[in-house]
Amino acid sequence: MKGKPGQAFSMECYKSDIKPIWCPGCGDFGVLASIARALAILQVPPEEVAVVSGIGCSSRIPAYLNSYGFHGVHGRALPLATGLKLARPELTVLVAGGDGDGFAIGGNHFLHACRRNADITYIVMDNQVYGMTKGQASPTTNPDWDLSQLTPGGPGMNPFLPLLLALGSGANFLARASSSDPRGAADILVEAIRHPGFSFVQVLSPCLTFQPEQRKWKKMVRPAPVKATADPVRAARRLITDDNFFVGVLYQGERDPYQESSEEAICKLDYLESEFQVPGPR
Amino acid sequence: MIQERLSITVAGSGGAGVVTVGNILLEAAGLTGWFARLSRSSGPQIRGGEIAATVCLSSRPIRSEAAHCDLLLALDWKNISRFADEMVLNRHSMVISDPAQGEVPERIRDSGAHYLAMPFKELAAQAGGTRTNMIALGVAAQLAGLSRESVERTLEKTFHGDRRFVTGMAGVDAGIAAALPVPSLDLPSAPTPSQAERWSITGNQAAALGALRGGVRFAAGYPITPATEVLEWLALALPKLGGVFMQAEDELAAVNQIIGASFGGVPAITATSGPGLALMMESIGLAVAAEVPIVVIDVMRGGPATGIPTKSEQSDLNIALHGLPGDAPHLVIAPTSVNDCLDTTHWAVTLSEWLQAPAIVLSNQALGQTRVIDSKPAPREWATERKIPDQADDTYQRYQLTADSVSPMTLPGMPGGQYTAEGLEHDESGIPSVAAGNHLHQLDKRCNKLADFDYGDYWADVEGAGSTAIITWGATVGAARDLLARSPEFDGGLRLIALRLLAPEQPGPMAKMLHGVKRILIVEQSHGGQFYRYLKSCYDLSVPTRSFCRPGPVPILAVEIATWLQQWDSS
Repeated sequence: MKGKPGQAFSMECYKSDIKPIWCPGCGDFGVLASIARALAILQVPPEEVAVVSGIGCSSRIPAYLNSYGFHGVHGRALPLATGLKLARPELTVLVAGGDGDGFAIGGNHFLHACRRNADITYIVMDNQVYGMTKGQASPTTNPDWDLSQLTPGGPGMNPFLPLLLALGSGANFLARASSSDPRGAADILVEAIRHPGFSFVQVLSPCLTFQPEQRKWKKMVRPAPVKATADPVRAARRLITDDNFFVGVLYQGERDPYQESSEEAICKLDYLESEFQVPGPR
Repeated sequence: MIQERLSITVAGSGGAGVVTVGNILLEAAGLTGWFARLSRSSGPQIRGGEIAATVCLSSRPIRSEAAHCDLLLALDWKNISRFADEMVLNRHSMVISDPAQGEVPERIRDSGAHYLAMPFKELAAQAGGTRTNMIALGVAAQLAGLSRESVERTLEKTFHGDRRFVTGMAGVDAGIAAALPVPSLDLPSAPTPSQAERWSITGNQAAALGALRGGVRFAAGYPITPATEVLEWLALALPKLGGVFMQAEDELAAVNQIIGASFGGVPAITATSGPGLALMMESIGLAVAAEVPIVVIDVMRGGPATGIPTKSEQSDLNIALHGLPGDAPHLVIAPTSVNDCLDTTHWAVTLSEWLQAPAIVLSNQALGQTRVIDSKPAPREWATERKIPDQADDTYQRYQLTADSVSPMTLPGMPGGQYTAEGLEHDESGIPSVAAGNHLHQLDKRCNKLADFDYGDYWADVEGAGSTAIITWGATVGAARDLLARSPEFDGGLRLIALRLLAPEQPGPMAKMLHGVKRILIVEQSHGGQFYRYLKSCYDLSVPTRSFCRPGPVPILAVEIATWLQQWDSS
């Protein structure tokens, strides 16, 4: 058994023996490494971690980790993880998936997860394409990207700005990372996991199969020139003007996390049932 | 005429306080030692639409709707036409209204009912400006023979003794005085209050309570008529028990939230109605594939689409049974009365937890939003248990093939038990697999664990031993029970078979129940005969079998079933 109690957990303790299905050069390999590294830095026992995902190439990630995992249906990872976290607050709950899973089919849950602020970490491996279904436009694809038969001439819509959208929805921790720098991404994930409340990390994770020009991303990413702000107005200005290649923690607020299960039982069920009792005649 | 039960309907515009009158009559009847039942019928509007509250009073528990209305108190006639189909008036009925509210509608005048004019509005003004519904309350209480004291106690509780209590009682007294000259409606005398506990509860509350008795400590849901009261009661109760309730952003989220909680080891439930159930279907399939126990209550309303949100039907049977993509065995369970919402939901939780499969509980509006004063059922001795191993090591396989096809399930936090719950087809360890062998083994496992389980006698209720069987389910069971109680004269006698476990099917036990049956009538409230078609498809019904099905929203009555059987006799 990997990672016996009392021993230090290495990165390897967090990886399973299953070989990923990803294409050679996929950014998700780097993200897998950075999640394992982040958990090793935090030294959280693998069995105390649950990784929840939806559908897509990147959503396969729970099986490649040696934690508990849930590979659910398309787009619903966030509510599933929210239910788990509120039922079992002591667990470290991560959600991992792609841009289609998170921003298209799961878009509503994304908005409400930001708003709810449950203490989970959401890692979106953004490659601006649906890879598993062989290359269709996602909500972050450029409007003139014309390589899909489903959207001849390109999707013709402006892409989402996921971090700005998250800020507008009330998210309290926003960061961007790059799969080309797993160590740097791991450090950002450590901060995200430590942050109490919902933390959202957009990881630029290229799909070289359907978006080969994303090969250039690793040369375009660079650390954000300024430290994370706690001022949402300043954060909004930065996020709307940046070129989507600054990495680092970009916004960190101080809103209390959502947690309903902190209260202990204050009565027994019999007491609640007594509300229905019909009193006898006086 | 001394009769078994008395049926009083108060009707008027939404906001007129019709339901308040119904609730007070019900509670006052409870204090008097009666059994009672309050059903409500309303349009989609919250204010200004039509609403009717019908209270039945009896010295015995009431399991179904009354065949006709003994007393109709109309606060106004504005929207009465919308209820005309649901209100059966005849020469035994009495109708009272305020002439200031206009002419009695033709259809009601022609019903043969006795009519009495009573100036509700004027009486209310004379009584110090109370509302007309309090006058109607006094009239109804006086005619039904409910004591002033029982009404006073209930009114005090309802209004917490504030000013509305004082003005309300002035109105009640004025109503009582106005009704004194009117011949009372003869009720059988109330029984001496027995030692048996009685309670006042709706089906939706009972279902919520049953879930908690089953060990549910997590619930999530999205508001929808007529299921919201299940969620409302859980939202208040769960935090007091150390549990969690979440209002979700939609039904897709709600069902996934409970799957997440249950994956974490906390028994979990949601409640919805037809449109919400449709949204949840994909993820209920996930709970089948990943073998996560969850309970989904569907309080059925008229469909399809938005349908008739405030009224009852049994037409979600098809989607509950067959709505999941793929071969996806799961439990479908239905309560047979308002009271039975308690035990049936409790049972659903225990089955779901033990079998690691989703259970859909099919309640309906007529059960969920009806309040009864009934005997309080004794707690069941069912233990809720999930097969959780004490420890796990490298050899642990989440979807291991076992003798009873139920695999030990580790919970997050247990060292060595790590696995990924899978919606993809998988091998025994949970690793995704497209191999034919794995697919077949896991399909067999998920089917067999439900099919081979012994559900015991609770799966169906049988009453009577006659050669004509009435097979029915849900709210319609009440009407069939009434028929059996009143009409033993059918040639060869009647036998009621009320199914609680709708899926998986139980061919062996069904064959035993049908022993000696010469013909079968299948009764349900759907337009398409969903229940009939289902039973025909999976049970050996070799004797002559007919379908009596009709849609909502008007409840199916005992007299209709009787008419059907008489027609069969004569054809």
